[in-house]
Amino acid sequence: MADASATAVYLYGVARDLDPGRLGETAGVAGTPVRGVIVNDLTALVSTVRLEEYGEDALRANLEDLTWLELTARTHHHVVEHAARIAATAPVRIATVYRDDDRVTEVLRQEGDRFAVILDRITGRSEWGVKVYAHLDQAGPEAAAGVPGASGGVGASGGAGASAGAGASGAGTAYLKRRQEQRRRREDVSRRIAERARSLEDELRDHAVAVRRHPPQDPALSGHSGTLISNMAYLLDEERVTSFRAAAEDLDRRLTGIEVEVTGPWPPYSFIDAEETAPGGRR
Amino acid sequence: MTVPLDVGPAGVDRVALVDLLDRLLAGGAVITGDLVIAIADVDLVRISLRALIMSVRDEVLEEEAL
Repeated sequence: MADASATAVYLYGVARDLDPGRLGETAGVAGTPVRGVIVNDLTALVSTVRLEEYGEDALRANLEDLTWLELTARTHHHVVEHAARIAATAPVRIATVYRDDDRVTEVLRQEGDRFAVILDRITGRSEWGVKVYAHLDQAGPEAAAGVPGASGGVGASGGAGASAGAGASGAGTAYLKRRQEQRRRREDVSRRIAERARSLEDELRDHAVAVRRHPPQDPALSGHSGTLISNMAYLLDEERVTSFRAAAEDLDRRLTGIEVEVTGPWPPYSFIDAEETAPGGRR
Repeated sequence: MTVPLDVGPAGVDRVALVDLLDRLLAGGAVITGDLVIAIADVDLVRISLRALIMSVRDEVLEEEAL
């Protein structure tokens, strides 16, 4: 068991040419102030934590506690965002903890080249999230009609249902046929909307330096009624932000049954990945 | 009918937790810390999302019970 008074150092990210004095009174994950550990032009943003809370066993348990996870995630984000407004900042993965400041210094020396590559890549750029929702139930046929090549009219399912009902086989068969037809139409609409999502992604991609796809979100978590058909992150040069957002707004307005939700600017969390940024770097 | 775009800077309060976790659990530089070596990246994501999903379900169940 860890001594209750033993401490460690939590790392948020690494910034370049950041004067730690400009961090002000920013509080870290355990309420202690954020400070900088400096090696050459790199500043590691750290704060002191207790092993009781951030030791390996404690972390394992705490990461399962949503209240703790949310507070830690929001604080981590707040620190990174604050630093990113002042200087180019490469966030590190949540819950990266070191024994002490000396170890952080050592890591900065070892990983300095890698951080330089990452920072070169993100300087003057920001991340924007775009989620695209389809409202299949409310606006299915209209959404399909808005897709080039979609020929199914609004009256199609009514016609199919009526002709099935006219047969001698009775209401049960008619019902099943109608259900089948509805399912086919829904699948058709879904497919067309997915195609639309891909072309929408392509359109926005033109504005970006890099793109990353995030996994679909559980509707229970997002609390959104629409069907999430695209969850992307775009890395943008600052001068492209305005045109990118205009394009997203335009798509949102233009496409019936499709909702385009933009979030940002984010610190470039999604574009730090070592495989992309540092050939030969560890992952 | 569309929901207005989220146009403001991503202020701490306005950021949806689910969007934040998309980024914090799968993004950022992976450098090996001293104290969490046993928690692999994938484990971290899985552990936390399970916690999140279970918590949301509990809330829904509680609301239904009221």
